[in-house]
Amino acid sequence: MANRPFDRRSFLRLSAASIGTGALLQFFPSTAHAKTIGSLLGRKTGEAPSPFTVVQLSDTHVGFNGPPDPLGTAAFERAVETINALSTQPDLILFTGDLTHDADDPAEHSKRFARFKEIAGRLRVQKRFFVPGEHDAALDGGSLFREHLGETHRSFDHKGVHFVALDNVSRGRPAVGKEQLAWLKSDVARYSKETPIVVFTHRPLFDLKPEWEWFTSDGDAVMNVLAPFDAVTVLYGHIHREQHTTLANAQHHAARSLIFAFPDPATAAEKKPLPFDAAQPFRNLGIRRITDSGPRLTIDDIELTKREVAGANGVAQLLRQGELS
Amino acid sequence: MKKSLILILFLASLASAQQPAPSRVIEITAKRFEFAPNVVTLRRGEPVTIRLTALDRAHGLLVKPLGVDLDADRGEPDEITITPKAAGSFPAICDHYCGMGHGNMKMTFVVE
Repeated sequence: MANRPFDRRSFLRLSAASIGTGALLQFFPSTAHAKTIGSLLGRKTGEAPSPFTVVQLSDTHVGFNGPPDPLGTAAFERAVETINALSTQPDLILFTGDLTHDADDPAEHSKRFARFKEIAGRLRVQKRFFVPGEHDAALDGGSLFREHLGETHRSFDHKGVHFVALDNVSRGRPAVGKEQLAWLKSDVARYSKETPIVVFTHRPLFDLKPEWEWFTSDGDAVMNVLAPFDAVTVLYGHIHREQHTTLANAQHHAARSLIFAFPDPATAAEKKPLPFDAAQPFRNLGIRRITDSGPRLTIDDIELTKREVAGANGVAQLLRQGELS
Repeated sequence: MKKSLILILFLASLASAQQPAPSRVIEITAKRFEFAPNVVTLRRGEPVTIRLTALDRAHGLLVKPLGVDLDADRGEPDEITITPKAAGSFPAICDHYCGMGHGNMKMTFVVE
């Protein structure tokens, strides 16, 4: 079990469990700021700031069929079952891209989108939000994605938090682009700097590993727009592994994929999927818990292969604070 | 008259000497999912123009340490002139997603 402390500038209490199937996040807007946020957002949504839970799923790659994972959608379907079995359902599900694996034939790719929607549609949680990955939207500029799942970028408020879905793939290159940047600037201009912002997108918004294409060319411009805000959380996928990075006012968290894992970019010589382990088909999946412990956040990463914390019972166990301490 | 002519010729030769020599141009073509050539050798301190031509669809060429970030569409080459400052081997990638073999579309710049 890895345990990592994080400096905390946010007034959010952020608790997260990566369930091997994505990340489960809990948001606890503090009472000290609730009045301010309530006055800002209550008028817009009628919702008072209050604790809530979000699940992030990423890189399901529906339609992928290759040696790194011969099980296709098995992990995705397992994830859906796990989330549905949680005694307390999350408010929102965020999908951070590469929902499908691309195909040269648009008809085949469209079938993969339909299959993705069929599996995602089994989720009990109805509030589901999606951003595209390059496998969904880079070849056709996002046409199929829009046809099946709606616009590639958007924003909404939920219980005191402003959520922004950013598309950094459908231009073909790893970029958000001038138009979306202008939209973002206008979108967040309505909020005070105390408003917590959660961005969800596919690629990292910083230079994590450019030679592995783990970056967004205008990510700095995005973060400059968000720089005035006290607390920014960026949830992303693409890299098929957990990654936690704090830069200035923002915490960036990558979720694991549901198809195969990539190695640690700090130590691996090349970007090559980790081999499939038939004895442990969901190996490299795990549980993450982020706990508020005073002035710092603590993140615990636990492999899902440990029976005592596996599956829905394991997640519920994790959420009862202290049981794994 | 003769002195003036000599002066004009002298100034002309001076102006010619001050013009920077045209940089060497390296042509790179891109198509799904390969660059040609896939290894290019540069010399440290020597200006060089990198020109990318896409043969089938849009492709990129990214080598951040060398300041190369090109984006060529079919029929619309892109180019940049650089002067490598440090020796080494630098991996380059296509950063314009072009299909399922995109992740393997790589080449290498060697600076001597």
